[in-house]
Amino acid sequence: MMKLEAVIQPSRFESVKDALREIGVEGMTVTEVRGHGRQKGHTEVYRGREYTVDLLPKIKLEMVLPDALVNRVVDTILKSAKTGKIGDGKIFLSRVDEAIRIRNEERGENAL
Amino acid sequence: MKCRGCRCSLLFVLGSMLLAAAPLAGEPAPSLLTANPSRAAALFFETPEPAQHVAEKLAELDQRITAAQSSADNAWMLVSAALVLMMTGPGLALFYGGLVRRKNTLAIMMQSFALMALITVMWALVGYSLCFGGSGPVVGGFEHAFLRGVGAEPNPDYAGTIPQMTFMVYQLMFAVITPALITGATAERMRFSGTVLFMVLWFLVVYAPLAHMVWGKGGLLSASLGGKFPTLDFAGGTVVHISSGVSALVCALYLGKRTGYPRQPMPPHSLVLSFIGACLLWVGWFGFNAGSALAAGSLASSAFVATHFGAAAAALAWSAAEWIKNGRASALGAISGAVAGLVAITPAAGFVGPMPALVIGAVAGVCCFAMVTRVKAAFGYDDALDAFGVHGAGGTIGALLTGVFAQQVVNPIFGVGKAVGGLDGHWGQVGNQLVGVLVAWAFALVGTTVLLKIVDLLTGLRVPEEHEQEGLDITQHGEEAYNLET
Repeated sequence: MMKLEAVIQPSRFESVKDALREIGVEGMTVTEVRGHGRQKGHTEVYRGREYTVDLLPKIKLEMVLPDALVNRVVDTILKSAKTGKIGDGKIFLSRVDEAIRIRNEERGENAL
Repeated sequence: MKCRGCRCSLLFVLGSMLLAAAPLAGEPAPSLLTANPSRAAALFFETPEPAQHVAEKLAELDQRITAAQSSADNAWMLVSAALVLMMTGPGLALFYGGLVRRKNTLAIMMQSFALMALITVMWALVGYSLCFGGSGPVVGGFEHAFLRGVGAEPNPDYAGTIPQMTFMVYQLMFAVITPALITGATAERMRFSGTVLFMVLWFLVVYAPLAHMVWGKGGLLSASLGGKFPTLDFAGGTVVHISSGVSALVCALYLGKRTGYPRQPMPPHSLVLSFIGACLLWVGWFGFNAGSALAAGSLASSAFVATHFGAAAAALAWSAAEWIKNGRASALGAISGAVAGLVAITPAAGFVGPMPALVIGAVAGVCCFAMVTRVKAAFGYDDALDAFGVHGAGGTIGALLTGVFAQQVVNPIFGVGKAVGGLDGHWGQVGNQLVGVLVAWAFALVGTTVLLKIVDLLTGLRVPEEHEQEGLDITQHGEEAYNLET
């Protein structure tokens, strides 16, 4: 099992979600987050005072996947989240030791 | 302040019609229009009984006309009073509420709301009397303390066609919003207890005397009730905006900067709230300015139009200045400009025509833009929400320009045919305006400084730094504006 975390542009979220549903991803957790990588922020001016806003709004997707699905999911996100501009975000993968469904205590990939 | 000419001539016409018709009463009714006036007059002098009848009829008619005019004026004035209250809550509360950081939203709104209640009670006890009772040069007396003698009868010194009760409650709404404006300068760092005590004292020591001096009978600056330096202030340029704006500057200097200002970013947390607030202020201002005609006649129309035009020109002027300087016209700039224009047109509203109103608005828009962007940064004081930059500066500009543009064709306040403002041929009025402005500045500067010292000793003014960091909503009021988890 692998955990996949992807930080993407809010404007790409809907197409990423649709593309993932098409390839059979059944569940995900989504959060609105703020952050920045190498992308520069922008300035805002309120009554003459300038503020640099460097934490920009992003969407963070989290899902735990059976090993067989990981590569397809990564490809799908790469394709559907890309705008080609700086600020498109990143994907992080990490190994997950165990998953347990709370309702019936199933374990492992069955619990996903 | 109003002309009763229309009423008199109406009475005259109705009276002559009655004179013409009365002797024919009892005869099979010929039409009023065909009655022969000379015959009627002859009959009138021959028979005393119908004359008495005519006098009675006339008195009755006079009564009815008075009642009709009173009803019309009273309806407008009650609506105006409600509009002015709407300027404080929700207008100003939303405008300021959106400009602070989210952790201080309820605190700033609560200050406006608390004043709605606090000043109302003070007004009932002594406030109205200190402003409009008695006829001293500086402050009123206790003639109307506890609203003694304030009832259905008009007070002919101020508003001869509406119940004094209406005049009283209308003027109250001005007393409510004025101290509320100051909270824009003390925002995000002043204790609630200190705010309450300071505002009560400020209302008694600064507002009441200024209101009496400018609007009260025998007041030093009164334009129409025997003032030594007749200052034109139609709806509160000196009394409301200079007094609150200059006091706001003193408060900002005395309290010191917010922790982290100007290093740390403190952008408005919701310009949507501010936007709604500013639009409510604009609408409410019709009650503030057009209502200050104290009647529903043509002067109210004139003030209504001047108010609207001033606001529009100022919104455009501020936006244009911003567009040139920053390359963009912001929503905050447009609404701030409108408020600056409304402030500046306040003293002028019932004295100037629509074209001067556009000029006053445009000048105020550009000047107030420079005040909040350049002057504030140059001097480094932390007038958090620009109460001084908009109300102090806008009020001063408006008061002086009123002296330039006031016209007797709009409002013959010094008597029919007598020039009012500079362009009318009476440049001395600009000097009078200057005296009014200086008195208001001096009163606000000295009064506020002394009161801040006193309140500082009694309750303290600033919250501790850790409370400022945590936000005034939680530390002063024990609640939060936005509970997103619930």
